[in-house]
Amino acid sequence: MIPLSWYLLLSAVLFSLGIVGFLIKRNLITVFMSIELMLNGVNLSFVTFAHEWHLVKGQIFVFFVMVVAAAEAAVGLAIIIAVFRARSTLAVDRIDLMKL
Amino acid sequence: MTRSMTGNLHLWLIPLLPFAGFLFNGILGRRLPKSLVTTVALLAPLASFGVVLLAAQAASAGLALPYTETCPIGWINAGTLHVDYSFVLDQLSLVMLLIITGVGFLIHIYSAGYMAHEDGYWRYFSYLNLFLFFMTVLVLAGNALLMFVGWEGVGLASYLLIGFWFQKTSAVEAGKKAFVVNRIGDFGFLLGMFLLLANFGTLTFAEIAAKLAASPAWQGGILTTIALCLLLGATGKSAQLPLYIWLPDAMEGPTPVSALIHAATMVTAGVYMIARTHAIYDRSPFALGVVAIIGAATALFAATIGLVQTDIKRVLAYSTVSQLGYMFLGCGVAAYSAAIFHLMTHAFFKALLFLAAGSVIHGLGGEQDMRKMGGLRKHMPVTFWTMTAAVFAIAGFPPLAAFFSKDAILYAAFLHGDSGKVLWFVGLVTALLTSFYMFRLWYLTFLGSYRGATSDIEEPGAAVHARSDSKLTLEAEHHHTPHESPWSMLGPLVILALLSIGGGWIGIERFAAYLAPATGARIVEAGSSSLEWTLTGLAVAVAILGWFIAYRLYRVKPERPAQLAAALPTGYNILVHKYWVDEFYGAVVVKPVLAFSRFILDWVVDVAILGGLAWLLGGIATFAGAILQRWQSGNLRSYAAWLAAGAAALLLFVLVPWASVLANVGIHLNAAGH
Repeated sequence: MIPLSWYLLLSAVLFSLGIVGFLIKRNLITVFMSIELMLNGVNLSFVTFAHEWHLVKGQIFVFFVMVVAAAEAAVGLAIIIAVFRARSTLAVDRIDLMKL
Repeated sequence: MTRSMTGNLHLWLIPLLPFAGFLFNGILGRRLPKSLVTTVALLAPLASFGVVLLAAQAASAGLALPYTETCPIGWINAGTLHVDYSFVLDQLSLVMLLIITGVGFLIHIYSAGYMAHEDGYWRYFSYLNLFLFFMTVLVLAGNALLMFVGWEGVGLASYLLIGFWFQKTSAVEAGKKAFVVNRIGDFGFLLGMFLLLANFGTLTFAEIAAKLAASPAWQGGILTTIALCLLLGATGKSAQLPLYIWLPDAMEGPTPVSALIHAATMVTAGVYMIARTHAIYDRSPFALGVVAIIGAATALFAATIGLVQTDIKRVLAYSTVSQLGYMFLGCGVAAYSAAIFHLMTHAFFKALLFLAAGSVIHGLGGEQDMRKMGGLRKHMPVTFWTMTAAVFAIAGFPPLAAFFSKDAILYAAFLHGDSGKVLWFVGLVTALLTSFYMFRLWYLTFLGSYRGATSDIEEPGAAVHARSDSKLTLEAEHHHTPHESPWSMLGPLVILALLSIGGGWIGIERFAAYLAPATGARIVEAGSSSLEWTLTGLAVAVAILGWFIAYRLYRVKPERPAQLAAALPTGYNILVHKYWVDEFYGAVVVKPVLAFSRFILDWVVDVAILGGLAWLLGGIATFAGAILQRWQSGNLRSYAAWLAAGAAALLLFVLVPWASVLANVGIHLNAAGH
């Protein structure tokens, strides 16, 4: 049987990869995908604990996260398309109109 | 006897009907046709008058007075303080209500004619209805606080109507003056109410009177203080020394307003208030003495100023102040019923005088200077005869109204101890002056020959006027020969003239006996009928003397007054400049207050302290913002980095066992924890 810590370690690695990608990537789509990665890292630890302690709550949480993520993806992609149309670029550091 | 608001008299309708009229015309009047505005504005006081008549009928049919109606929903319930919306009908409030709604209705009719060409017609009538609402609340109020609501409300209506022609600076200034001077009086009223509450625990008049009756030995002391505070309020509202200065200026308002508010009803509120709280005044001879002295002094003082005024309305204004002084004199010698009697007859003849003066002003196209009048008798016969009735009435000729009421006050003053003789003498001199200045007005206005600028009768406007009396254009009305006013104005004049003639025939004995349950019995033990006849004879003699002097000076030898003025320049100057009271107040009160406001309150407190504080706070915020705005880079990745760093810091804070870490280096967070 695979010990609990392996799952958690994988979850942490996925989440950290998400953070790093979120901070260092320039392309907006990649940043967006990094966020999904973080969400799924968290999802993994939810299902891990749900399986470990035989509680269904964790599974339900995962479903909620997936629903929110799907909604966010729809809105987010729409925004990204709108940004690209307006500015012809997806480089994060060039989308800085809100700068003081 | 207490009933709820559903009692069978429906007293609450008396104020609320004019209030409904005010709301209707105030909100919708601008868009409605003039006829509808007039209908509503006249129906409201008429219906109110009808309710008063029903109440009077019920009272004469044996209804037990005082009759109280209390709103089932209380007003103020705070600890031991209970104040209700309670209306009390007793003999005193019934007499006042009959005057207010009756004379008020007549003046509404008159206004419909007088104000017919004004732009703010609907505004005028909504204010007038509002005034009736507050005035009836004032009179019906069963406690001092509700009376105060009416008291302030009539002040508001007065302010609005004095400043009715708000394009005129002088009218606006006069309105402000009336409002501010009345505030000084209201301050006294408020203090009196606080003292009542502190010493009686209630503001209900009936309970106060009952508590006083229960402790007959309670004299003077705090009661004197309360009475003097209330008196300050009364002097403000009733234009007595030292707060009379607003009333002559209030003549800037439309003339029917002067008749209704500044002659017949509102200015008598102070007299009414003293009569209503007479139980307190009766326990304080000192306060009563002050009332009598203020009344007598004001009567004489205002009458002397009235001698030389040339504006017809100003003469009447000073006459009003003087007559109100008589009423205060009556209150001051504890002859409350005589004061209320004079209040009633004064409401008739002074309203008539003002309305007739308004008719003259209307007929002359706005001229108010008596030096440019004269000979109006043949142009305005109805106005002339009604005015004549009023002039003879106020001068005290028998058997007209003021003869009886003024006589009752003077008689009561004469019987009021030794000092009463002095008060009586002052009253008698005032009667002489009153007779003189009223006949002066009469001669200058109606007799002799017309001294107006355009005196030729054969002007085209006169022809227009003669042809069409119903559809007068504004041009035909103004700057043309004098003409008689329409019947909507003359009708009220005639009714008021009849009242001025016959209003006193009820007699002071019967009137006092009727009012006795509300104002206490009339005290004339020391008198005798021979003394009464002597005093009456003297009063009539001075009235005739005043008439005779006016006749000699203004009819037989019209050049004499100017010669007299030239012969006595000092005395004449003092009177023409009204004793420089306005200038004196200006220098002693207004200027210092303005200087204090400008230099201390404005520059030091407002600009330096408050403004400086605001600038300091704003500066701190700006400075902090200048630093913090560096974080607002607009760069998404820098935001994300800060977010991640924050999350990491939070994680560290939660996960690391800080207490034990610190304990290891020798710091104990919780003293009891080791």
